[in-house]
Amino acid sequence: MVDKKQALLLEDFDIEIVSRDLNFYYGDNQALFGISVGMPAKQVTALIGPSGCGKSTFLRTLNRMNDIIPGARVEGQVLISGKDIYQHGTDVVKLRRKVGMVFQKSNPFPKSIFENVAYGPRIHGTRDRQQLAAIVEKSLVRAGLWEEVKDRLNDNALGLSGGQQQRLCIARALAVDPQILLMDEPASALDPKSTARVEDLIGELRELYTIVIVTHNMQQAARVSDFTAFFYEGALVEFNATKLIFTNPKEKQTEDYITGRFG
Amino acid sequence: MTTHMQKEIEKLKKKVITMGSVVEDMVYLATKSILTKDARMAQQIINRDVEVGQMEVDIEEECLKILALHQPVAIDLRFIVAVLKINSDLERVGDLAVNIAERSLYLSNVNYACIPYDYTRMAHKVEDMLSRSIEALVNMDAKAAYLIRTEDEEIDALNREIYECMKVEIPKHPDQVSCLLHVLSIGRHLERIADHATNIAEDVVYLVDAVIIRHSPEVYAD
Repeated sequence: MVDKKQALLLEDFDIEIVSRDLNFYYGDNQALFGISVGMPAKQVTALIGPSGCGKSTFLRTLNRMNDIIPGARVEGQVLISGKDIYQHGTDVVKLRRKVGMVFQKSNPFPKSIFENVAYGPRIHGTRDRQQLAAIVEKSLVRAGLWEEVKDRLNDNALGLSGGQQQRLCIARALAVDPQILLMDEPASALDPKSTARVEDLIGELRELYTIVIVTHNMQQAARVSDFTAFFYEGALVEFNATKLIFTNPKEKQTEDYITGRFG
Repeated sequence: MTTHMQKEIEKLKKKVITMGSVVEDMVYLATKSILTKDARMAQQIINRDVEVGQMEVDIEEECLKILALHQPVAIDLRFIVAVLKINSDLERVGDLAVNIAERSLYLSNVNYACIPYDYTRMAHKVEDMLSRSIEALVNMDAKAAYLIRTEDEEIDALNREIYECMKVEIPKHPDQVSCLLHVLSIGRHLERIADHATNIAEDVVYLVDAVIIRHSPEVYAD
C-alpha cells in the first residue's frame, strides 16, 4: 500500500543499466557477489554502504574502469541500453564516451579551462574550432560554470577553486555527450557551499542524463537521488526508491546502516 | 552500537512515557473525583495542567533538537514524527482531564439528587484505551494499536446514550438543568479522550509499520 502511494515505481521507468549476476574479483578476492539490479534512465541512483562494501567497485564495472586493474576479473553481465558491455569486441573507448565519470578528487588537466573541456571532443574527432567552442560553452553552461569562467576561458584550470574544478570536471565529462554519468564521491572533498552547488547541479543534470552516484554522505544520497542501492560486504542488500529507503527500509541491515546502528 | 542519537531517543521515550502516565493518572482521578464529590482532588488535577504544559514544550524542544542535530531517518525519523504528534494528543488529554475536573468541582459544590447516568463504564473504557495506547507505544506493538482503533465506535455509542438520556432527563428536572448539562459535557470530554487515544494508536502503527492508517477505515491488521 505504501509503495504504490509514496514511491516511484521502478516499472514506471525505462531501465537503462542492468547488471545480472555480476561477480567481481580482485585476484583471489571476490569483491562483488551476484549483483542483479536495474537502474532507471534519467534518474539519479545512489550507491551507499560502508567502506569496502563494493559500491565503488560496482560503479566502476559500469564503464569498465576496473579493466585497468591487474588481476581484476568480471563474471556476469552489465547491459547498457540492452547491450552487454563485457561482450567480446566491445569498444571500451566508445563505452566510456557513453558512460562518463567524475571522481572524488577533481582532476583537471594542467591546461586552460577551454582545453580541459575541448579535450574529449577533440580526441573523438571534432576539429572545427567554432564547433568546439559551442561544445565548450554548452558543457560549461550545463555544469553551471559558464557565468563564472566565460571571461577567462584561457586561464589555467588549476587556478579555479576546488568546487569550480569539480564542476569543470563535470563539464569535461559532459562535453563528449554521454548518456550516463557515473560519480564517485563527487562532493566529498568540497566545502558545504560547493557541495550544495554540485548537488543542485545533479538535480539539473538528471533531466538529461542517467546518473549513478557513490556517496558516503547518506544525507546527500537522500537529497539528490531518486533510487538508492545499499551494498554490504559485496552484496546488494536493498534497492528501492530513495524515499522508501530513508523512511521505511525493508531490510534490517539497511535500517541499521542508515540509522547509524552499525557501519 | 549505541550512538549519541540513540541515547537522545531513549531519553525522549522516557519523557513521553512519563507524560503519558501523568495524563492517564489525571483522567482516572478526574472521573473518580466526580463519584466521590472530592473537590480537593478536582482542584489538584486542575493545578497539574501547568506541569503537563511544560512537559509538552520540553518534549517538543527535544524532538526539534534531535531533528536538527542528528537528521534521523527510517525508524528513528518515524519515532520523532510520531512523538511530536502523540505529544500534542497527550497535552490535549491533560486539558480534557482538567475540563472534567472543572465539571467535578462544580458538581461537588451543588446539591444534586443523583447523576441520572452511570458513566463509570464509559470512563473505565476510555481510561483503558488511553493506557493501552501508551502501552502500545512503549512496546512498539502495532497489533495492540490496531485493536484500540476499532474500539472508538463503542465510545461514540456510549456518548450518544448519554445524550439521549439527558434529552429525557432535562424536561423532567428543569431545576437541575445546569447539573445535567455538566454531566453531558463529561461524556463529551471522555469521548474526546478516546479520540486522542485512537490518534496515539494510529501514530504507533505508523511508527512500527510505516503505514498511515488515518482516514482509511478499511485497513486493519492481518
